[in-house]
Amino acid sequence: MLKRFWSWFWFIVGATYFLVPLYATFDFSLRARRGELSFAAYANVLNDIKFVESFWFSFQTALATIVISALVIVPTAYWVQLRLPRLRPVIEFFTLLPFVVPAVVLVFSLARTYSRTPLTDSREGLWVLLVGSYVILSFPYMYRAVDTGLRAINIHDLTEAAQSLGAGWFTILAQVIFPNVYTALLSGAFITFAIVMGEFTIAALLAQPAFGPYMNRLASSRVYEPSALAIISFALTWAAIAAIQRIGQGAQARVAGPR
Amino acid sequence: MAFLELINIHKSFGASVAVENFNLAVERGEFVSFLGPSGCGKTTTLRMIAGFEKPTAGRIIIDGVDVTDTPPNRRNIGMVFQSYALFPNMTVADNIGFGLKIARRPASEIRARVEELLRIIHMSEFGRRYPYQLSGGQQQRVALARALAIQPKLLLLDEPLSALDAKIRASLRQEIREIQRQLGITTIYVTHDQEEAMALSDRIVVMSRGRIEQIGTPFEVYNFPATRFVASFVGTLNLIQATVVDAAIGLVTVEGQLVRVARPLTQHRSGDAISLAIRPELIALNGQVNGEVNRLSGTVEDVTFLGSIVRVRLGLASNKLHFDLFNNPQLRPPQPGSSITVQFAPEACLVLGEEAASAHPISASAAQAA
Ligand SMILES: Nc1ncnc2c1ncn2[C@@H]1O[C@H](COP(=O)(O)OP(=O)(O)OP(=O)(O)O)[C@@H](O)[C@H]1O
Ligand SMILES: [Mg+2]
Repeated sequence: MLKRFWSWFWFIVGATYFLVPLYATFDFSLRARRGELSFAAYANVLNDIKFVESFWFSFQTALATIVISALVIVPTAYWVQLRLPRLRPVIEFFTLLPFVVPAVVLVFSLARTYSRTPLTDSREGLWVLLVGSYVILSFPYMYRAVDTGLRAINIHDLTEAAQSLGAGWFTILAQVIFPNVYTALLSGAFITFAIVMGEFTIAALLAQPAFGPYMNRLASSRVYEPSALAIISFALTWAAIAAIQRIGQGAQARVAGPR
Repeated sequence: MAFLELINIHKSFGASVAVENFNLAVERGEFVSFLGPSGCGKTTTLRMIAGFEKPTAGRIIIDGVDVTDTPPNRRNIGMVFQSYALFPNMTVADNIGFGLKIARRPASEIRARVEELLRIIHMSEFGRRYPYQLSGGQQQRVALARALAIQPKLLLLDEPLSALDAKIRASLRQEIREIQRQLGITTIYVTHDQEEAMALSDRIVVMSRGRIEQIGTPFEVYNFPATRFVASFVGTLNLIQATVVDAAIGLVTVEGQLVRVARPLTQHRSGDAISLAIRPELIALNGQVNGEVNRLSGTVEDVTFLGSIVRVRLGLASNKLHFDLFNNPQLRPPQPGSSITVQFAPEACLVLGEEAASAHPISASAAQAA
């Protein structure tokens, strides 16, 4: 009985911590018109073409980041576990660098390194730099997720089984490894998605029309709209994650179950 | 020429030698087991045949082609793992068809072949299931079917049954043997279970510490072990300390009781201490065998009921002797504490060389007895 009470108690404390600010933001966002509750602020946000553009821009950027990150991380984590297990701590350390190196430093070193190349003198080039930076930011989450996913399956025997059946490395990666770390990959992808959608520093420094800088600009020029935007982006991000999950569900169901 | 030839294979990992001086010729359709204790190099040798490890020295020839430098995915060898290693993301049917899909065979052919294999392993209704929905025994049958689907030149199995419980192990090993006979596929089977090796194999390769101790049929390996190691590793064995009385006529004494072995002890002289090895099933209660016999008397120390047989431990002054009786509900087995006499033929005595070196062969007298 008492145990039950305490679990509920902590659940409610946690939920309050999470929901009260959200509710306060929501409540505030409804007070754009004096003396009444209205969705005027929402209408203002949604009618702003910049909102749609920047959200769509960041959405695409996030997807590109996830795809590239997965293509880099999965083969790397796989190969390290299969053939270079002693390098695992080293690789893990490298993937954690984004926690150590501030985003400002990262973006300036990138800009310096690639200055006077096509990467820095065009909008598309800068976008490539942006995605590149985000891929690096995603490493800690993606690598850990994939590494754990790989540990849950016997990659040694699966690899050798596939090899003895005639499979080459590409086939093994595409048909055996990727499908089996798909679920793990998704969890890394969600975090990456959320980070990219809200990222400000790098996008601003590279002068990209991303959602983060847009939110920031709005916050400094308006009163009620930023709150409405926060609620909208919160809902949209969750919706996007739900959509990604739905797409991945088929594969997920197949790999699930005891092993 | 033999179908599979391993010529002077040698494999070391850094400074440690895993396999050395390994020579083996396997005929087409033969079922050969690698038998030996943990760490003796069975898996390493199998993995070299499969191509997952490269021999440090030596050649591997399959069907007349030197495959020593061929990568594993070009060798066309079926492999079955202890861990089953089924692809968790694929159905049973997709698992079995995987190799054929990679070989870009037409879909209709793949479907037909998968169905055929499902029938062979008696799992026709299971094609749509996923591996996690199968029992261990079923998973291993699927793994076998998957390995066979590509019609491999060789089938390699590395302790395929050791993760299963005893009952399934016995029935599945029979099934493996039947399928192997039916398809006539050349097979190498790794196990540390001697009973399994005996029940399955045309020939057994007994290994110890990276070397071959003996190659022979189960009958040969069991009855005529070539080395002390084989004698003690394969089957249970009574080792009795004895002293040579007259080497020329093969007369020894065991704690004062005279025992004759079938052949002269050419390598020994009177007064030498030797080890006699006797299989438990070759010892009987006194009075049950005609002809010339050895007799030993002692006290029954322990009686173990093992179902179809009853194993009795007989204590002499310092030696212990195990022997087996068939279970018979009409006959009371010997009672602990009672004094009894047992008998065995001179041919039942193997004389093991006194040197402890495992490579030292048993004296010729024993190897040619019986
Ligand atoms: N990749 C490796 N690196 C270093 N040493 C290895 C490697 N693989 C095997 N060995 C060593 O080679 C020897 C033979 O190993 P192997 O796996 O072939 O034994 P095994 O007969 O299959 O034993 P088990 O019955 O336990 O499976 C062992 O001493 C093992 O430690
Ligand atoms: Mg092994």
